[in-house]
Amino acid sequence: MIPASFAYARPTTVDEALQAIAAGGEDVKILAGGQSLIPVMRLRLAAPETVVDITRVTELRGVREDGDSLVIGAMTTHHDVITDPLIAQYGKLIAEATETVADPAVRHRGTFGGALVHADPAGDLPAVALALDAEFVIAGLGGARRTVPATEFFVDYLTTALADGELLVEVRVPKLGSDWGVRYEKFNRVAQAWSIVAVAAAVRREGSRITEARIGLTNMGSTPIRARAVEAALVGADVSLETVTAAAAQAAEGTEPSSDLNAQADYRQHLARVLTRRAVTAAAGL
Amino acid sequence: MTLTEDPSTATPDAPAKEVGSARLRKEDARLITGKTTWTDNMVLPGMLYMSVLRSPIAHATISNLDVSAAKDRPNVVAVYTGQDFKDEQGSIPCAWPVTPDMVNPGHPSIAVDSVNHVGEAVAIVVARSRTAAVDAVEAIDVDYEPLPVVLDMEEAVKEGSALVHDHTESNTSYHFVFDAGEAGTGTDTDAAFDAAEVVVSRRFVQQRLIPAFMEPRSVVVGVTGDNYTLWSATQIPHILRVMAALTTGIPEHKLRVIAPDVGGGFGGKLQVNPEEILALLIARRLGKPIKWTETRSESLMTAHHGRDQVQFIDVAADREGNVKGLRVRLLADMGAYLRLITPGVPALGAFMFPGIYKFPAYRFECDGVFTNKVPTDAYRGAGRPEATFAIERIMDELAVELSMDPMELRRKNWINAEEFPFTTVAGLSYDSGDYEQATQAALELLGYDELRAEQARRRESGDPVQLGIGISTFTEMCGLAPSRVLGSLSFGAGGWEQASIRMLPTGKVEVVTGSTPHGQGHETAWSQIVADELGVPFDDVEVLHGDTAVSARGLDTYGSRSLVVGGTAVVKAAEKVVAKARKVAAHLLEASEDDLEFSGGRFSVKGTPGAGLAIQEIALAIFASHDYPEGIEPSIDAEAAFDPTNFSFPHGTHLCAMEVDTDTGFVKIRKYACVDDIGNIVNPIIVEGQMHGGLAQGISQALYEEAIYDADGNLTTGTFVDYLVPSAMDLPHFDTGNTTHAAPDNPLGAKGVGEAGCIASTPAVVNAALDAVRHLGVKDILMPMTPERVWRAIHQGGDGGARAAEGSNAYGGARTTESGIEEAAK
Amino acid sequence: MTQINVRVDGASYSDDVEPRTLLVHYLREQLGKVGTVVGCDTSNCGACTVHLDGESVKSCTVLAVQADGSEVTTIEGVADGATLHPVQKAFHEQHGLQCGYCTPGMIMASIDLLKNNPDPSEHEIREGIEGNLCRCTGYQNIVKAVQQAAGEMSSAGAHSVETTGAQA
Repeated sequence: MIPASFAYARPTTVDEALQAIAAGGEDVKILAGGQSLIPVMRLRLAAPETVVDITRVTELRGVREDGDSLVIGAMTTHHDVITDPLIAQYGKLIAEATETVADPAVRHRGTFGGALVHADPAGDLPAVALALDAEFVIAGLGGARRTVPATEFFVDYLTTALADGELLVEVRVPKLGSDWGVRYEKFNRVAQAWSIVAVAAAVRREGSRITEARIGLTNMGSTPIRARAVEAALVGADVSLETVTAAAAQAAEGTEPSSDLNAQADYRQHLARVLTRRAVTAAAGL
Repeated sequence: MTLTEDPSTATPDAPAKEVGSARLRKEDARLITGKTTWTDNMVLPGMLYMSVLRSPIAHATISNLDVSAAKDRPNVVAVYTGQDFKDEQGSIPCAWPVTPDMVNPGHPSIAVDSVNHVGEAVAIVVARSRTAAVDAVEAIDVDYEPLPVVLDMEEAVKEGSALVHDHTESNTSYHFVFDAGEAGTGTDTDAAFDAAEVVVSRRFVQQRLIPAFMEPRSVVVGVTGDNYTLWSATQIPHILRVMAALTTGIPEHKLRVIAPDVGGGFGGKLQVNPEEILALLIARRLGKPIKWTETRSESLMTAHHGRDQVQFIDVAADREGNVKGLRVRLLADMGAYLRLITPGVPALGAFMFPGIYKFPAYRFECDGVFTNKVPTDAYRGAGRPEATFAIERIMDELAVELSMDPMELRRKNWINAEEFPFTTVAGLSYDSGDYEQATQAALELLGYDELRAEQARRRESGDPVQLGIGISTFTEMCGLAPSRVLGSLSFGAGGWEQASIRMLPTGKVEVVTGSTPHGQGHETAWSQIVADELGVPFDDVEVLHGDTAVSARGLDTYGSRSLVVGGTAVVKAAEKVVAKARKVAAHLLEASEDDLEFSGGRFSVKGTPGAGLAIQEIALAIFASHDYPEGIEPSIDAEAAFDPTNFSFPHGTHLCAMEVDTDTGFVKIRKYACVDDIGNIVNPIIVEGQMHGGLAQGISQALYEEAIYDADGNLTTGTFVDYLVPSAMDLPHFDTGNTTHAAPDNPLGAKGVGEAGCIASTPAVVNAALDAVRHLGVKDILMPMTPERVWRAIHQGGDGGARAAEGSNAYGGARTTESGIEEAAK
Repeated sequence: MTQINVRVDGASYSDDVEPRTLLVHYLREQLGKVGTVVGCDTSNCGACTVHLDGESVKSCTVLAVQADGSEVTTIEGVADGATLHPVQKAFHEQHGLQCGYCTPGMIMASIDLLKNNPDPSEHEIREGIEGNLCRCTGYQNIVKAVQQAAGEMSSAGAHSVETTGAQA
């Protein structure tokens, strides 16, 4: 199919982009990688009045260090994330999850920021961002910038804290050093499919003890979810299959996953427990 | 691991043979460079594009249809509704009235005043561009008055069910029976069951599948005066020509149908599509060329689906494991209408339920049932995968009941090599084979004993990942088909095939075949055959097909028939060419015909070394025709039609080793090995490719694919996001092999290979998963075996049961019961 | 309408397009580059894969206007005159195609895969082409074709073969 007609703007700076969004009328869509937006427009499930294509806003691309943080430009493609040396050093969990997104051709176009703003709870990056306590740097018209923590960024199904007229500029995540182990444990029916459930786990070990744990759950609710109970149970615990299994048993606590063609809610909750055990086991180096 | 000698090896006395050699395909050059012609590539001067408005409601009357706004859109040439064509569109033809009293409600190409499935055409915009047509469709206003939606076959056949078609008495289209006792091919079935020591009954579900050929359907109609040319991405240009002429009233001789390169079909393009008829009607009305190309979501929603049966099967046996009787009752979902061979698909399967086993008694019954869904029709195997699944699944169930090894049970009952030809309880004469030989080879290929040992170790240790091995020892009927047999089954056409050979003056050869390929490689294989028969170079042969103006007679490609029937027609035509050339050669060489030998493309005179003529020289001589025998025509070209006397019966043993993660229900094929006997092989790489592709589709039925409708009759698996066609990551490596027992009923000795992998593999995969977890109490798992279903079957019993989504009708609550057949017998 | 300038398979084009025109439709309908085909509407099947500035993309999920100023290589531009690209040759020699409809996209994806990973394992090949669906082959011979091409390209020292533009 062919998308419905739309007005098209192709800014090259953030300021131009914000102006184009402001001038775009009632229904503006921001085209980042387009790998979700264009299919939806082809099926005419979306027919925006204006499309603001930010693929040429080069200032939004790339990964840099800022003290203890990695700063990932919203328009950095999945491919560039996977191949970035800083990500390889400090962002292994991001790399592992990004490698599972779609396929190589889609990863050449799809962007880190686009996937987060799309806020599909079945998408792989939101749970990772949440687990890492990412901070979302958002630009508004007139150059104003605000920072939103991940816990507040994902508001609902396909809904974020971005207001009309705003643009996600970059995402800050803490560097995880070599004392961290990570694992993105994804469960789907075929390689291309969205996650039925996935678990993003990062675990910091000191000797035989877990000192920090970050667990994010994909597709276990209308937004990504943090498995706080598991994290609490892990911190301070000795690294063993028993303690990990016991902690992971709490992975589904408080979740209200949906039922769809691939899984009913109770099965998703079961998977969350199994996959959390597997993710933490791997992340902890067991 | 072919167990025959390589026929391609040259000996001092005979030239190297093309047949049997691994020739690389001629077709590839244009396909790997992007230089081929797909129908959608065609552009004609003044061409208009049509876009179809489709019903979003499964069952409704159309109370208002306003196209005026669409007509006013820019670049729109015309907008049509069913009212515009109601007097000339006729009905999409159904060529297979399986019973004399079959109810065919008629199938309009475009709905006139009611719709019966989501996706049915309601209005058509014709515009100067694809974009303009698509845009204008959105401006059409339709009001529907919804009617009750009929989706579940088991509900649909109950007294008092809502009707799909209000002018029919029930939702049953036909009741088809084959009773071996009555046919004289077996004993009384009821008596066999009454006397049986053991009866095992099961209810199996063949889920609805979508052929999902990669090239979406596409149609272009060109108009020159009162002559029409229909290009279509079809498997059946010849059948389409006849049917389109009959349906539209365009005289057959004024209609030319061309199938250019066609991007896969798998039965899905064995159809007379509503859009083909509509494009012709519109081209006739406007006098302008018309193009229609579907989108993928349109294709999944409206191109015919496959399978969709509920099978009640029971088998009678004695305690020693000797089978005594087989009873099958099917509910087969027709969908809302009968398309080309919709009702015949289950009937074709009727004769294959006994499989390779010596059942003394057999009875088959099938109800064709209307529902408010897109019609079903042929999909790779068409009736035979369903039958093979049921028999191969229940043989495992019987083995469990008897505490026997499943292979031992099969051995005890299968036809032995020395018993061929063997007339089965269904009345078929199986031609040749050796099930034991194929089985032994497959067991070795799999590494059966080692995997069984590993299975025991995993079971012993309570490994969360359990291992199972599934068996499928199958046969199929191919080479469709002897025309008289098709006639006896009320099929609307014969099963012959046509070929002609044109000897060009420069020594090149044109072969015209009526068997139209869509990816199989006919051009290569037919060239190999002709190269051997005429002794001409492989590269000097051009194979022409798919255009009714070039290939006037043909019955096209389906049912693994091309090589067996169409290839044989090529052999027969070549024999005629040689016979005609022999007369000319004898004349020119001043020798008696009887003294001529033909070998390696050359006629030579026995006992006179050096004297001879190449067939190419004869072609040139007869082109000049200055000197040729009295009383013959000045041509050595020839034409032949071939009608087989029997089906062919490929067979094989397929083994699947499956890992089941009992924690998550995820299943993974560890190893897949199969050994197939498809008769003589013309081209081993093409054969292997056909096997791989068939395996992929059969495995995919077991694991991934299902067309799911919601409670309102909407297809929820309407894109490739939800209809899961496996990628390279989702399929295993296949280990394939062959045994060779030539088919006795055609000179090539070929049996057919296109459907084997698809027919055989599905039960092997399901049997493997069950073998892995049966000790945990699992008796059945519905297809596709989603992780959730496998997990539920292990941890909650039953067959994995209900599908998740609220409102889905995907046989969600169904449970396999031991008493299924009683329920079915009603 | 928006004007775009694109280099496709070594030739330069300047055209007016509607912003909503998909790159694949621009290639097929305005440039006649019908070697690249459309197989789905959700970017799942990969039949339309081309290289955009040297990277594989699904041309049904890129707007033509987004290719403005870029270099596009399609299946029609990978051979060097009459000499097939090693991946094309390998698909032929390993019988990596049947109906051939997925083949243009599959070959473009495979070339991209080998550019990034000249010596892939079977698993890496399967991962590399997971965005391209084939309904005919069961993938096994496609995997073999990519393996053959990898071998030939590395032994020829050609695995850094330029994949953008025609190689005149």
